[in-house]
Amino acid sequence: MKTRRIDNYGKINRDKILSFRWDKKNYKGFEGDTLASALLANNIGIVGRSFKYHRPRGIFSSGVEESGALVTIGSKDRRDPNVRATTQELYNGLEASGQNAFPNVNFDLAGINNYLGRFFAAGFYYKTFMGIPPLEWGKGTAIWMFFEKFIRKAAGMGSASGLPDPDTYEHAHDFCDLIVVGSGPAGVAAAIEAAEKKLDVILVEQDSLIGGNQLAENDFDNSQIKNQLENLGIKIMTRTTAFGLYDNCVVGLLERVTDHISASNVNIPRQRFWTIRAKHIIVGAGAIERHIAFNNNDIPGVMTVNASKHYLNRYGVLTGKRIVIATNNDSVYETAHQLSEAGANVTVLDSRTNFEIETNKSFEIRKGYVPYNINGSKKINSLDISKSVTINKSETINCDQVLLSGGWSPAVHLLSHRGVKPKWDYNNACFLPSDTKENITMVGSSRGLWNKNDCIASGIAGTTDALNRLGISKTNYFFPKPGGWKNPIQPLYEVKYKKSRSKSFVDYQHDVTTDDVRLAHREGFISVEHLKRYTTLGMANDQGKMGNIIGLSLMAELLNKEISEVGTTVFRPPYTPVSIGALSGRNVGKHFRPLRVTPMHQWNIDHGAKMIEVGLYQRPWYYPKENETLSDSYIREASTVRKTVGICDVTSLGKIAIQGPDSTEFLNRIYSNGFSKLQVGKARYGIMLRDDGIVMDDGTSWRLAENEYFMTTSTGEAAKVMSWLEELLQTRWTDLNVNVTSVSEQWAGVSIAGPKSREVLNNCVDDSLVITNNNLPFMGVTSTFLKGNIPCRIARISFSGELAFEVYVKSDFANTMMDLLWENAKKYDGCLYGLEALGALRVEKGHVTAAELDGRVTIDDAGLSKMASTKKSYIGSAMRKRGVLKNNDREILVGFFPTNLKETFNAGTIVCEKNNIKGQGIGRITSVTYSPELGHWIGIGFVKGGLDKWKDTTLVGADPVRNKQMNLKVVSPHMIDPKGERMYA
Amino acid sequence: MIRINCPYCGERDHSEFSYGGDATINYPSLDASEKEWTEAIFFRKNIKGFQFETWHHSNGCRMWLVVERSTVTHEIKSVKPSHPDLQKIVENNK
Ligand SMILES: [Zn+2]
Repeated sequence: MKTRRIDNYGKINRDKILSFRWDKKNYKGFEGDTLASALLANNIGIVGRSFKYHRPRGIFSSGVEESGALVTIGSKDRRDPNVRATTQELYNGLEASGQNAFPNVNFDLAGINNYLGRFFAAGFYYKTFMGIPPLEWGKGTAIWMFFEKFIRKAAGMGSASGLPDPDTYEHAHDFCDLIVVGSGPAGVAAAIEAAEKKLDVILVEQDSLIGGNQLAENDFDNSQIKNQLENLGIKIMTRTTAFGLYDNCVVGLLERVTDHISASNVNIPRQRFWTIRAKHIIVGAGAIERHIAFNNNDIPGVMTVNASKHYLNRYGVLTGKRIVIATNNDSVYETAHQLSEAGANVTVLDSRTNFEIETNKSFEIRKGYVPYNINGSKKINSLDISKSVTINKSETINCDQVLLSGGWSPAVHLLSHRGVKPKWDYNNACFLPSDTKENITMVGSSRGLWNKNDCIASGIAGTTDALNRLGISKTNYFFPKPGGWKNPIQPLYEVKYKKSRSKSFVDYQHDVTTDDVRLAHREGFISVEHLKRYTTLGMANDQGKMGNIIGLSLMAELLNKEISEVGTTVFRPPYTPVSIGALSGRNVGKHFRPLRVTPMHQWNIDHGAKMIEVGLYQRPWYYPKENETLSDSYIREASTVRKTVGICDVTSLGKIAIQGPDSTEFLNRIYSNGFSKLQVGKARYGIMLRDDGIVMDDGTSWRLAENEYFMTTSTGEAAKVMSWLEELLQTRWTDLNVNVTSVSEQWAGVSIAGPKSREVLNNCVDDSLVITNNNLPFMGVTSTFLKGNIPCRIARISFSGELAFEVYVKSDFANTMMDLLWENAKKYDGCLYGLEALGALRVEKGHVTAAELDGRVTIDDAGLSKMASTKKSYIGSAMRKRGVLKNNDREILVGFFPTNLKETFNAGTIVCEKNNIKGQGIGRITSVTYSPELGHWIGIGFVKGGLDKWKDTTLVGADPVRNKQMNLKVVSPHMIDPKGERMYA
Repeated sequence: MIRINCPYCGERDHSEFSYGGDATINYPSLDASEKEWTEAIFFRKNIKGFQFETWHHSNGCRMWLVVERSTVTHEIKSVKPSHPDLQKIVENNK
């Protein structure tokens, strides 16, 4: 195969040869190549198959706007689909393959779709598979769901590896005064001007080299510019894309750290996701050359004019031998000249008839001519041309390449991210950026400036604008007027060719043709946003970079309006795709979220605990003895607590210090039950409601002194309760003198429960008198010392229903406390118990937790009406009485037994009446356990009407997910020791 | 990204803060009627433009703030402590 590489051209390093594989064959390229330039040099024209029609696709561009050469890079767990070959730097050992083709891009069986084109017009999939009237959203949806996987396979691009990503990604942050996006003449001028004015500047460039479109020039050398920027202390970030602009001058960057090298070094992140907080943003993102719609304008060999200039001058690749350039503007003539100098036979078709251009006559110019049809399928054989867009006097030119330039579209995407709509400029046939109040300035060809001097001037003006807006200077400035060509552009978007099966592509990536746009119009999708979604024009990778304007011009024509009246779609971030890996950064695997452990975490593990996550906390789940299963273990633990004594880590409970002269008044307002008469040395269980009368949380508050309380909250609601108390004190009751401090991390807590708990504690405290029943009655609180002079707080609080104590020490003493308690508990055949046993004990007692208090339950629903004071007003006291919360058919807390006591059930079971097993039933089981005390399974949950209504009726527990059903008996939730005699012992 | 200039900590990302709600509500007394409470907690104006709202610097100084923010542009005009006494102190220290 002959190479298209030519001598004495390009900035590639010809001393450094790189080997790469394309579709399982070996090829060579040079350092400095992209995959696209290396493929072109190796004369590979077809690099993919199109989205719907599976038409052969070549390389259309030399940059991020590429919508044809989307390929898969790498293999196995490093397979990366839909990569633009035009931006993928070549490295030694690179593996790449074409997409959407079987068996390969040259011979694709699904190419038959091309001939079935009329079935694949806009909206085809939706119409055929989804909206099958009259079954729309009924059976039609099911049909769609059935076919979807086949459709997705047939229509689409590359596929992800499906394997865990072996690479690491990083999140990084930086600040600066000014961030400049783009290192073309405008961006560089802006950066230099700003650095000279002492601003802290970051310059971002998506390419591996700085220079912007100057890299396509044959005499461009960026080394001097680079030195100057570096000497001024400007931070240059290459291979970095500003993918999105956000509020307050925040810029999202994606830095590709290792995508251009072969060795995967686990110590270097593959990509870095930057959040830059700037004071001002200057965008010099350039402009993108458009193509022209005409029949078969997608045949491999079609390319933008500027791309071929890039391939020639940057990569030393002459993309064609007999080249036809079709244009409507002045920008192509330098390229035409250079291509013919490099040895190509060049013909320029210029749709304009009246213009003057200086050339050396090395190529032919056909004034007033336009292309209307390419002959060929896998490569270009010839081009049919016509004088004027209404095709007449047709003529055919033999050629192997067609270069297109339908004008240039300023890259206004980033500004559009900020909701700033661009405005249509009729004279320059493009959208120009509008002004914004935000500190964002557009410069260079991003604001429609076509010549270099204007771009440089705009860069300097942009920085002056920034300095003025930042209040650093007050200098007059002006931007050059948009445009800059000698002859005006003549709008040319489509050359119509009325022949059956003709296809003029608007959006290459999605196979959207001019006929699709017309079809959308006929079917009423005339808003540009609807047009976009219906046809998928400008969606996905493309984000309206290439085809958008053509689509809009067609819609304008159909509506008999100007493009300015049709408007444009909103561009959204990201400008180019951002990998999921970069978005998640290091927050993957065990770093997905923070992990909280209690100070006796290791102690628990050393003593055999199996752990379970509760919110962010790791808590002991159960402590199996050898060969014990979870249920063996928790049943033993719960039985031991009821028989002798058990010790349980309860440190994860929220703990809040409440201090100040108005503390009592404060608690009295936030709890539904009375706190005004709680004595020093006593604790009280309390329930907090929300403003709307629903239960927020439950917990205890201990009165340590006249003006000092120690509050505990549930594990899950701890953060919310803390914020709530702060909110009330800082925004609502600003006259109260109360201070709240989270002390959750400062105190380690255990529960010692069981008939022997006092005896165990007797051996552990300095002065055993302080915990006698007289000195520390039920709900009593004392501050005392454990042996070894360890200060502690002890409260006689029971969650298990047994005689029980909660003991808190400063976190540093956690392990000492555990050693001391455990040593003594062992003497009474005690146990360590975990969350599972704790759950069994509390379900037996009918105590509610987060499973029951789910944000929908009132205090009455939870069977805790006696906790709602009638003697005072408190948060939620008015709203808890509103009608909807007082309905007779509210679900009320009850206990459940299986009618057949040998049966089991699961939490989540739906409670139904017999013969009416459907929907949400009349209730639900929220928590279940095996009750060692009762010898069978029990549950608590809710049922409409509560115990009184159903105590004599057999109900049904339906568990459709697990395909289970059992008869249920409704019982009181207080299944053991309902009078609470044990805890008063 | 919204950046909030906390009067205590300086300008920080919104991810350090938690949104509260409407800062202009005068909550009725605890013994007020159900009707007054219903008005206070369920009825909100859907403002297009600047509104006063509470934010909690939950991953910072833990102070509740009143932020004057545009619902259209996210522009923030002012940030003050919620507590009136603290507001005065901040004002006087300017
Ligand atoms: Zn703060």
